Amino acid sequence: MIKLNYSNKPNTFTGIWIPFGIGLGFLFIVLGIFNRVLDNYTIHIITVIGIYIMAATSLNLTNGYTGLFSLGHTGFMLIGAYTSVLLTYKVSLRAAYNLPSLPALLGGANYQWPFLPALLMGGVIAAIMAMIVGYPVLRLRGHYLTVASLGFMIIVTTMAKGMRSFTRGASGIQAIPHYSNLWNVYIWVAITIFVLWRILQSAPGRAMLAIRESEVSAQSQGINLMKYKLYAFVSGAFFAGIAGGLYAHFTRSIRPYEFSFSMTFFIVIIPIIGGSRNLFGPALGATLLVAMRYLLKPAEEALGVYGLVELIYAALLVSVMIWRPGGILGRESRAK
Amino acid sequence: MQGASYIYQQIFNGIVLGSIYALLALGMALIYGILGLINFAHGALITIGAFCFYFLLFKLHLPFVLVIILTISLGGFVGFLLEAIGYRKLRGGPGPSLLITSLGIYIFIENAIKLLISPQPYAFFNPPFLNRVINSFITFRVIDIFIIIATIVIMICFALFVKRNKIGMAMRGIAESVETAGLVGINVNQVIAWSFVVASAIAALTGFMWGAKYGQISYDMGFMPGVIAFVAVVIGGIGSIPGAVLGGFLIGLIQIFTVGFLPLGWSVYRDAIVFTLLIIVLLIKPTGILGRKESI
Repeated sequence: MIKLNYSNKPNTFTGIWIPFGIGLGFLFIVLGIFNRVLDNYTIHIITVIGIYIMAATSLNLTNGYTGLFSLGHTGFMLIGAYTSVLLTYKVSLRAAYNLPSLPALLGGANYQWPFLPALLMGGVIAAIMAMIVGYPVLRLRGHYLTVASLGFMIIVTTMAKGMRSFTRGASGIQAIPHYSNLWNVYIWVAITIFVLWRILQSAPGRAMLAIRESEVSAQSQGINLMKYKLYAFVSGAFFAGIAGGLYAHFTRSIRPYEFSFSMTFFIVIIPIIGGSRNLFGPALGATLLVAMRYLLKPAEEALGVYGLVELIYAALLVSVMIWRPGGILGRESRAK
Repeated sequence: MQGASYIYQQIFNGIVLGSIYALLALGMALIYGILGLINFAHGALITIGAFCFYFLLFKLHLPFVLVIILTISLGGFVGFLLEAIGYRKLRGGPGPSLLITSLGIYIFIENAIKLLISPQPYAFFNPPFLNRVINSFITFRVIDIFIIIATIVIMICFALFVKRNKIGMAMRGIAESVETAGLVGINVNQVIAWSFVVASAIAALTGFMWGAKYGQISYDMGFMPGVIAFVAVVIGGIGSIPGAVLGGFLIGLIQIFTVGFLPLGWSVYRDAIVFTLLIIVLLIKPTGILGRKESI
């Protein structure tokens, strides 16, 4: 868990930038060594792990820290993925793939966006959608958000299937430019974890933790529930949009159903198994579960036992919930 | 535009689908009322019921009535098991832990069925007498009538159970407050186990109805109806069982009307429309149609 005294001593240099710099330097030295030593396939897996770390860490802001339970994260990833792909798609291929050219407002027919602005745009649109969905739903107590966000995910995936002139429907978009790599994925992982850390150290972050413990007592302390719930939901959605964009430009082909329930379930269980109250819990969970998937998939296909991986995940999830509710990096007691 | 008989036909179809949703919503509302749990595992019971029916009737060739009884009993037993193994330990735990567990249980059962039985959908043949087509003013099969009558019978039984039976009355007590119910000497564990048994048994029966009506069963068939049943609970009004039933019928009608009256391309949005409706209801009247005022 994070040391709580940082916010009391606002020495931004020693308190924030030095730990961040050391962590970042260490991360990239390790990645650099990996990049030299390991083969392309393993690097591929490590990059996938990075994308899931980002998705799960940002989801944890709502699901772990604010105590809301969202199942709509892949909906935001889908929005981020399709937005950034439509913006960065090669002009010469647009006609062949039946994709529309960009409207004049976004650069016109002969313009292809650079990667970074397109990625950010994906994140921003996802955040705006989160605001629209979050506003009616987050006013309510109880688990309305769970079902409404699940519904949002279903609405978004069916719309991606239905709006053929935009998204090519169920056949999906292929030949996406290959922009994501080990380095920019992990830069975004570092940014996500850093921003989450800063949010949790700030007043809004404390408000979120208070909301998780008890909405009634948080409200009686003068915390505007709606505002901070929406804060958590929208920031989570922004990073989900970015993660979706990175995912699309990494796998180079997206289809609407990829972002439906199985991926949702996968991302939702990562922080729970890793430890949803620890900043690095989702990272650990993502590493374990993605590695497990890549190790077990060949066995699953060889033996013809489809569903084995999900079965193991589900069993793991239920066991964690019953015997170690805080996750692997969680603490036994419910104090703090 | 189509004639009057087409409209009546669609209304009839909507009521049949609505009956299935209403039965599911009934169980969902019961469990939500008692534990505050959105029971995703409810959907898995639909799948279990459908496959149980399929194997007993078409592989073992048992008589129809016996198969129905066995399916219901198996559903009730699985519900009891889930409560005893999964939910009992977590009751009263932090926030969404029950919810997460039910999601895990759903995924577990879904993939266990995928693994053990088949990843491919199965064709579900009805016993011939249920398939007889009756062609009068509107066209329907005997199974449609069976679904509607079974729904009415189950609802009357359920209403009597909750109003008259000792365990049913205890359920209402626990729905008000678990602590108080415990204080006045209600055996909370036993009553919660019973409500899971009742809800799951009904869900297993709807699995058969779903298969018989749509002619196909697959490992993931239960998820959507399960979630839609909860939407029905919210639309009808949390904390009100008649509301849940009303919500179920409403959603059934809306889905059928989407397919029947809107242009062809719109049928893709069948499920999406339900969730859009949910968000609109939460925006305008968060307590649902028949819900009590307090819950905001």
